[in-house]
Amino acid sequence: MGKAYKFGDHINTDLIIPARYLNVSDPQALAAHCMEDADATFAGRFKPGDVLVGGEDFGCGSSREHAPIAIRACGASCVIAASYARIFFRNSINIGLPIFACREAAEAIADGDEVEVDLQSGLIRDLTSGRAFQAEPFSPYVDKIIRSGGLMNLIRREKHE
Amino acid sequence: MGMTMSQKILAAHAGQENAKAGEFVDCALDLVMANDITAPVAIRQFAECGGDRVFDPEKVIFVPDHFVPNKDIASAAQAQCMRNFVREQGLRYYYEVGRGGIEHALLPEKGHIAPGDAIIGGDSHTCTYGALNAFSAGVGSTDIAAAMIVGKTWFRVPTAIRVELRGHKRGMVSGKDVILHLIGLIGTNGATYRSLEVGGEGLADMSMDDRFTFANMGVEAGAKNCIFEFDSVTEAYLTEHGVTRYRPTAPDPDAVYERVVRLELDRIGYTVAKPSLPSNTAPAETLRSVRIDQAVIGSCTNGRLSDLRAAAEVLRGRRAADSVRLIVIPATQRIYAEAVREGLVDVFLAAGAVVSTPTCGCCLGGHMGVLAEGEVCVSTTNRNFVGRMGHVSSQVYLASPAVAAASAVAGHIETPEGL
Repeated sequence: MGKAYKFGDHINTDLIIPARYLNVSDPQALAAHCMEDADATFAGRFKPGDVLVGGEDFGCGSSREHAPIAIRACGASCVIAASYARIFFRNSINIGLPIFACREAAEAIADGDEVEVDLQSGLIRDLTSGRAFQAEPFSPYVDKIIRSGGLMNLIRREKHE
Repeated sequence: MGMTMSQKILAAHAGQENAKAGEFVDCALDLVMANDITAPVAIRQFAECGGDRVFDPEKVIFVPDHFVPNKDIASAAQAQCMRNFVREQGLRYYYEVGRGGIEHALLPEKGHIAPGDAIIGGDSHTCTYGALNAFSAGVGSTDIAAAMIVGKTWFRVPTAIRVELRGHKRGMVSGKDVILHLIGLIGTNGATYRSLEVGGEGLADMSMDDRFTFANMGVEAGAKNCIFEFDSVTEAYLTEHGVTRYRPTAPDPDAVYERVVRLELDRIGYTVAKPSLPSNTAPAETLRSVRIDQAVIGSCTNGRLSDLRAAAEVLRGRRAADSVRLIVIPATQRIYAEAVREGLVDVFLAAGAVVSTPTCGCCLGGHMGVLAEGEVCVSTTNRNFVGRMGHVSSQVYLASPAVAAASAVAGHIETPEGL
């Protein structure tokens, strides 16, 4: 269970982690600047287990994997958005950051709501409003990567087979 | 059922007869690319996964271009990390500072891109190479790490949007105006997960540099890739750059498109994207009240020779307004040298411009032209997101080289004819 931090549409990778901080790739160093240009107080307030909620086209822009790395290093239990840009989606799946597409939840959840997400089933509960939502299922191929614990684990496993 | 160009290339690289939209395929890769931002993360993943040797030292190419020449010790350490990996792995192609340039201008110029290729790059603008009739998509560092080990990657075969070009561009209207116009029409997620497939009789009016610029910004409409049909313009470019072996790929006549967008080139004017989305477009003529502090001409979008020629044509005999810093960044060393030889650099210097070594620096607010609080920049780069080029309150207007040059002279957004 965690608190929802809600943002709007087109949350791009420059907002998630500004390029001026890409001279390092240490996850904790990146986490300190996560969402900085959208909300300078975010990194100081966001607690492990909290949930990042966005609108349409979340993660658009750069291919920088530093964006999902920063979100994960902040301790986010997951990201919920109406839709995702494809490279951000792919990067999140690859590094094992739980990420759910659910337009209804993304619209209904209010900033500060207490949210509980079943990472296995994609069932999202807004405990503040009492509403529940079901995230879109993953394709079997993407599901295989998730269940392997990320792409590199899948590659490692296939290498040993 | 017929296939699009992207579907054909993916099928061929997956060893299949056909590839249907929505299907997942494992594709062998002709090229895996990364830069000084994305390579260090990939190298770490490669090592953690027990990666020993890259699958093919001729097919993994690293280009230091983002924070080079290094802006600080931390960025120098990242460039050093990739340089060490290049040596350890014996990568055949690595383009050091001073001998390379910006990846998406450099790799085609060095003959690394061929029609029919399947390419991934650790940079969202890897879609640029589709201009040469290749399938090319941006990915993140983990995908690069995995591909360096196994030489392949997975794709969901995309549905397609056909972009049909007709007619002729007017005046100094360029590929930049055409792609900004398209993004304004379909939106920044108008092509998400889809391929943009470009063809039509108007293709003949698009130079290779126009096509690189167009394909480069396909990702700003969310596209997985952007691919141009092969024609005599493509062929001439390949010959000039020493590419002799390639597989031109045409769409089937009965290929299925989710949507067809027809662009009448004659009707496209000078187009500018206002802050803070590339889709927030307006005719340049309507933005004359926007005063600017800086103009940038360069980047993987618009740092090629024809871009510099267009800028010089506008700037010849003129000077940037006193209130404007004009920064010109040739995209590669070869373009830089040619710009010197043709006298373009003299024009820029006489206009009061900074002429920089190739770097991505200022496009992403890294270095070499970072904006202060409240400053406004007209830039030929590809993104105008909040804080993209500097302070969170600074503003970026995206435009063509001709419009950026005219704006630098006027001190506000202006067209070449309006000077």
